[in-house]
Amino acid sequence: MRLDLEKRSDRSSLMALLSPIIAVALTLLFGAIVFWLRGVDPLHGLYVYFIQPMTDEWSREKLIVKATPLVLMGAGLALSYKANIWNIGAEGQFVMGALAAGAVPVLFPTWQSPEVMVVMLLAGSLGGLLWAWIPAVLKVKFHANEILTSLMLVYVARLVFDWLVRGIMRDPKGMNFPKSVRFEGWQRLPSWGDVHLGALFALVAALALAFVMYRMLKGFELRTLGLAPRAGRFAGFSADKAVYFCFAVSGAMAGLAGATDVMGVAHQLQTPYEPNYGFVAIIVAFLGRLNPIGSIIAGLLLAITFIGGEAAQATLHIPDKIAKVFQGVLLFFVLACDTLILYRIKLRAKK
Amino acid sequence: MKKLLLSAAVLAMALGSATVSANAADKYKACFVYLGAIGDFGWTYQHNEARKQVDAELGDKVETVYVENVAEADSAGAIERLARDGCKIIFTTSFGYMEPTLEVAAKYPDVKFEHATGFKTAPNVTTYNAKFHQGRYVLGQIAAKMSKTGTAGYIASFPIPEVVAGINAFMLGAQSVNPNFKIKIVWANTWFDPGKEGDAAKVLFSQGADIIAQHTDSAAAITVAEEQGKLGFGQSSDQIKFGPKAQLTANLDNWGPYYVRRIKAAMDGSWKTQSSWDGMAEGTVKLAPFTNMPDDVAKMAAATTADITSGKLDPFGGKITKQDGTVVDKVDDGMILGMNWYVKGIDDQLPK
Amino acid sequence: MDQFLAIAITIITASTPLLIAGLGELVVERSGVLNLGVEGMMVMGAVCGFGAAYATGNPYLGIVASIFGGVFMALLFGFLTLTLLANQVATGLAITLLGLGLSALIGESLVGQPIARLPNFHGIDILIIFSFILTALVSYMLFRTRAGLVIRAVGDNHASAHAMGFGVIAVRYACVVFGGACAGLAGGYLSLAYTPQWVENMTAGRGWIALALVVFATWLPGRLLVGAYLFGAISILAYIVQTFAWGIPSQLLSSLPYLVTVAALVVISGNRQLMRANTPTCLGQSFVPDR
Repeated sequence: MRLDLEKRSDRSSLMALLSPIIAVALTLLFGAIVFWLRGVDPLHGLYVYFIQPMTDEWSREKLIVKATPLVLMGAGLALSYKANIWNIGAEGQFVMGALAAGAVPVLFPTWQSPEVMVVMLLAGSLGGLLWAWIPAVLKVKFHANEILTSLMLVYVARLVFDWLVRGIMRDPKGMNFPKSVRFEGWQRLPSWGDVHLGALFALVAALALAFVMYRMLKGFELRTLGLAPRAGRFAGFSADKAVYFCFAVSGAMAGLAGATDVMGVAHQLQTPYEPNYGFVAIIVAFLGRLNPIGSIIAGLLLAITFIGGEAAQATLHIPDKIAKVFQGVLLFFVLACDTLILYRIKLRAKK
Repeated sequence: MKKLLLSAAVLAMALGSATVSANAADKYKACFVYLGAIGDFGWTYQHNEARKQVDAELGDKVETVYVENVAEADSAGAIERLARDGCKIIFTTSFGYMEPTLEVAAKYPDVKFEHATGFKTAPNVTTYNAKFHQGRYVLGQIAAKMSKTGTAGYIASFPIPEVVAGINAFMLGAQSVNPNFKIKIVWANTWFDPGKEGDAAKVLFSQGADIIAQHTDSAAAITVAEEQGKLGFGQSSDQIKFGPKAQLTANLDNWGPYYVRRIKAAMDGSWKTQSSWDGMAEGTVKLAPFTNMPDDVAKMAAATTADITSGKLDPFGGKITKQDGTVVDKVDDGMILGMNWYVKGIDDQLPK
Repeated sequence: MDQFLAIAITIITASTPLLIAGLGELVVERSGVLNLGVEGMMVMGAVCGFGAAYATGNPYLGIVASIFGGVFMALLFGFLTLTLLANQVATGLAITLLGLGLSALIGESLVGQPIARLPNFHGIDILIIFSFILTALVSYMLFRTRAGLVIRAVGDNHASAHAMGFGVIAVRYACVVFGGACAGLAGGYLSLAYTPQWVENMTAGRGWIALALVVFATWLPGRLLVGAYLFGAISILAYIVQTFAWGIPSQLLSSLPYLVTVAALVVISGNRQLMRANTPTCLGQSFVPDR
């Protein structure tokens, strides 16, 4: 027996629709086996993990809160990856965004007006953008591989954050613990229940990016450069500008995500700050088939694995590692099933 | 997609609810939120061992539940889930959970909360901490007795008050034996990276230290000490298995008795809000058996332990001279809990 | 003198896992495949190696098991990227996530257990020596043998390599498996020799460093050796500087290895000639045999 791929004449739109569903189904099957191996009733396990988070108001809110940074970052990364530009360091840009946003109330603790909220959000986006600008410059000017530089800068960003929050940004009344002052009033994002304004940003940003990508010349340019760099160049598109543009957009989105996270959830800076959303967002981008709108669905799905992971720990005594395994397996199956869009798989007897 | 999910949901709900109701017994539910993985063999590991002790001692009367790897900035969700899931008492075991614990506690007045190492309480929020510096004082004494070079290495994690107080207590203990004792400090900037901790230990040994103490979580340092024929101390848990010839003793986090006591109190209704700061007297801070040292050193260590336990000796009692030469007449609890200065004799500059 | 020796050995042990994992990745990338799953393969190697050594009491069996752990993940990676033609970047990330989660699950009961450390002579163990031999072998194989020629041909232009009758996919599978074996071995070095214990996530990002070092080395094994030792030396020196108590923020010192890596990448990548001569042209591209 051997496995052969046969190229389809067209990309199969049926499979484009089906493949994520097959991938999710395979992940569920895998999950059922893992639960069974651990002595948990598989159906009950799957229910707690994947369905229960959607069944009541409270966990639906949590789901949206969790998905917010993932969608924001996933949408930005999708644009970037579509252009074949590999920003792997969203986590660092996220941290820098949080830091920049948090710097505002640290500097002006008594500033209370709608403006402060806007300034914080802008500061956060700018923080992420500038941090992302470094690998962009290094790539354009020095041809340094952006995958590696952006990733190295994640570690540096965490240490910068740690240094500042432990040092000059520390709350003077906080018993010398490494955290900033609490954000109050307008320094927080308005929220409904637990869901904060960031969720709206995520929705709008994903739609806007989708518009840029599929309805504007810039998007066509990026997609062309990603698919066929030579053709793109012949058409007069600048690959360097694309690098700057993609890093600026994905960095600003990550920075904004960081800002909304500290303004909407934590309400202060504290270190160590390593939520790892930036890495999970990479899965979101792929799961959403590098389409910003797809990121919305993918972000929610990934959020389920987080919330469900918590629930599984609390009610089934299943350790937290399972969530990580599920995320890895999900991405794994998604990638494998994507093959079906362009190829037919044939099993042949060995000649 | 939607349809598929929906029908799966219906099916699973039918199956799920049946199992859930079968599970619900009249047990008292005690829950724990952990910062790290229970497999860190350090801070979280010890809290989890204590949880197991609760299971062992209170048996069928309680059900214990934990959630691990909960990031501090994002912990409110996990804490609230436990409150909603019927937990009657919830232990949140890291400093960074302070504000989220208070937030959730305000929403669930009937649930009791216990927050480790914090300083803010509420009608249903108690704080608890342990005087680990008591143990470190004894460690310092042993180090000063056992060291040939008169220098100890100290692997520190992050410059938070507890770690600084630990270094100071260690130094004060050492100075009580050898006033000229030296300490070399490396900040690893991590609670947990065995590779880095091991490297730091090796570097410290190469810089003239012959005894290692650490305030990071893994057993890497004691492993290195064992390998190089040097001496060291275990941290959080008894690490004698990793250093049968190297471990002198270990400063143990022994939360078990506290957890058992508090859960019992919660069950019989005598639970009250408090700020508990237990130490050797209550058994929360314990030292592992004294090993790899001559009898007289072990005797001294045992005597000091007894004095601290009985309250006769306070590591931070009396006048303390700071690194900059100023003298503090009385170090009160607040100063220890917020400590950001070194005592005289430490060469390191405290990271600001 | 003793002090320098002790520091030298510390630097050697810190550098060895980076070197071994880097050598594997170097061969993989020479064949045109970008494997971002090194971290996941490494951590699986660490847990499998430790588990086997714990179960059998024999650290050498641990070494063998760690290689298998890495190869297992490498085969998954190969199946996705080479057979199913999935995106290499995304697949690598999936492997890393999966490896971290899976190893934590497998290793649940191994936490806090001691094992017999890999025997060594004054801190020098068999894997350190092996890492030097491996460097020489990989260099020889890549540039002095027909196999190396084929690997480089496949990495530089898979279409023409295919036209010349080389099995592009088979060559890449072999390289990916070799890379996985090396990553697994590097992980095994961590859990069997470097700090003989198992704890979750114990690779702590070293797989990513190995990846960066390969570019730093411009895909040349000799330079990789230099790079790995430079990185190891900087990490260790950062600690030594701390013991002098000069008051330099420790965060700055801790971030030095990463900053130096970035700086080195910039300097090396800026040298167009060097890069053009050595970068595998097809790096990261899937090969689709058209028939």
